[in-house]
Amino acid sequence: MARTVTTPRKLINTAFAWAVGLLIFFPILWTILTSFKTEAQAIASPPIFLNFDWTLENYAVVQERSNYMRYLWNSIIIAGGSTLLGVIVAVPAAWAMAFVPSARTKDILLWMLSTKMLPAVGVLYPIYLLFIQLGLLDSRAGLVVVLMLINLPIIVWMLYTYFREIPGDILEAARMDGASLKEEILYILTPMAVPGIASTVLLNFILAWNEAFWTLNLTAVNAAPLTAFIASYSSPEGLFFAKLSAASTMAIAPILILGWFSQKQLVRGLTFGAVK
Amino acid sequence: MYLKSVLWAASAAALTAGAASAETITIATVNNGDMIRMQKYTDKFTEATGHEVEWVTLEENVLRQRVTTDISTKGGQFDIMTIGMYETPIWGANGWLVPLDDLSAEYDVDDILPAMRGGLSHEGTLYAAPFYGESSMIMYRTDLMEKAGLEMPEAPTWQFIREAAAKMTDRDNDINGICLRGKAGWGEGGAFITVTANSFGARWFDMDWNPQFDQPEWKEALTFFVDMMNESGPAGYATNGFNENLSLFQQGKCGMWIDATVAASFVTNPNDSTVADKVGFALAPNSEGVDKRANWLWAWALAIPAGTQKEDAAKQFIEWATSKDYIELVAENEGWANVPPGARQSLYDNPNYKDIPFAQMTLKSILAADPENCCVKPTPYTGIQFVAIPEFAGIATQVSQEFSAVYAGQQSVDEALAKAQAFTAEEMEAAGY
Repeated sequence: MARTVTTPRKLINTAFAWAVGLLIFFPILWTILTSFKTEAQAIASPPIFLNFDWTLENYAVVQERSNYMRYLWNSIIIAGGSTLLGVIVAVPAAWAMAFVPSARTKDILLWMLSTKMLPAVGVLYPIYLLFIQLGLLDSRAGLVVVLMLINLPIIVWMLYTYFREIPGDILEAARMDGASLKEEILYILTPMAVPGIASTVLLNFILAWNEAFWTLNLTAVNAAPLTAFIASYSSPEGLFFAKLSAASTMAIAPILILGWFSQKQLVRGLTFGAVK
Repeated sequence: MYLKSVLWAASAAALTAGAASAETITIATVNNGDMIRMQKYTDKFTEATGHEVEWVTLEENVLRQRVTTDISTKGGQFDIMTIGMYETPIWGANGWLVPLDDLSAEYDVDDILPAMRGGLSHEGTLYAAPFYGESSMIMYRTDLMEKAGLEMPEAPTWQFIREAAAKMTDRDNDINGICLRGKAGWGEGGAFITVTANSFGARWFDMDWNPQFDQPEWKEALTFFVDMMNESGPAGYATNGFNENLSLFQQGKCGMWIDATVAASFVTNPNDSTVADKVGFALAPNSEGVDKRANWLWAWALAIPAGTQKEDAAKQFIEWATSKDYIELVAENEGWANVPPGARQSLYDNPNYKDIPFAQMTLKSILAADPENCCVKPTPYTGIQFVAIPEFAGIATQVSQEFSAVYAGQQSVDEALAKAQAFTAEEMEAAGY
């Protein structure tokens, strides 16, 4: 029997959901509002919420000082490239673990995840020296590889749990019909796992976009993405919060828009598979 | 003057570079007003020399980690690095920096303030050229001081400051008598409590590198600081650093603020500060009978990492950016209050600069700081608010966290000092001292 939900209860649930949503969104909203204030208004106490003289001056200063498009392009290449490469590597790996598991599959999955527990700074020097030897410092290619490797455990885990939801009988039927391994993965498995792959791609794109340790430490001029753009406006000696907020708003705007348009796929993917 | 600057830079380029082609140099720097202003005028350098400049601007702590990684691994990402007085002698000793011992006669290296030159040298060799320098001093509200019926001496004692802070405090009107750094971090609250301790006769290490937190001077300094801040400081001062106190002072919520001399241009700027016309300046205090004041010495300086392929172009840039002509270029375009301070004696001899209200107190504060002789008792180290050894940053960060816990009321002064003593002794022993 379906559970009945009363109208007052619905109202309470809705209000609670909105309250939680606004609470989570508030720091972003505050950053956006601050970007339209003067530096003096940005630090005013008590804080000014909406009643201030809106100005675009901070955006003008940021535009004048920094080459935003270069940072943006680097972010797109690095986040997009690492995600794409990660999926190409992870789909066959997740297929093997989901459909032809060995006695050690679970151990391997756990080991992969355990690599995420190592503090990044612990391997900074080895990676930096490796990059010097390979000539990869301040290159987008180097960052694509590093971010792909960092996010690979999450991609494999997500795809593995999505693939586990797909009945093995379907793949077996395809094999009986003469499908090769490549055809089985490309034409049977992948189309069935599109929602899961889409949400994996989106989540990892966001993770790569926001990555701020390696992108700051392995870049200088040529490959610096939007994280470096934001870092260039942070200062412990001087009040530049309004300009920092303008830079932050410009940096998060593309990913916010992407998230807004793809929220259905994200929610569906996250509630269907790995993180449900 | 601009014409002179261009001609000078062009002739310097011709002399030093000869037939060398134009280069693109990459400079890592911090995000502060003076450095950003310098980026704006880089075109003048390019016009004069043909060299292009690429900037990598980072937050101070990120920059420190970034350039340390690069220089220690010989990564070669930067042709010029912006570093401070802490790094320069250590990196110079390691052979990581190009000595700046062949700067042109026109550059007039002897014009650099001796304290700055000393702090940026190792065994008498200059390894970084100061872009701007700072000490620390008292900035106070003249109106509140008058209301309290007191007159600020040019060189007050801590005891006077505490009394004045108590009288200026007006909790009903949200005015704190004094605002000081309590935030954890060796360059934040750690720097401030170190110079405070110096002014009570304390030191970090004795001549055998034994930590000195178990000595009575440290207890007296820390107890005094905590008691005064509890009486007259802002709530939550344990998390206040430079920016938080600047914000409070600019909004008229501090009677006094002791911090970097560069803050003077911020608090007297009417565009940002509500108390711009009510600010006075005095030397950082000392405890009665102690011959050392609580002022530090710092410089952001430009250095060339050893191994760069563009050493000549980098030297040309450093000569341009830290020259007398650059100061005049900024003065012509932005006014004398906005020139990079604290590096050259000629700036303080300039009659135009003497009119700036905080100029002479800044100079006096810088001259009162002696990095070779920080403390009342002898020390085996150089540095005033830091100890110029590689281990210091890590140790002082931990120690300042213990002190911040005292400010937040989470532990006692005795507990914090005991932990600081044990931790520092262990780290120094492990480091082989």
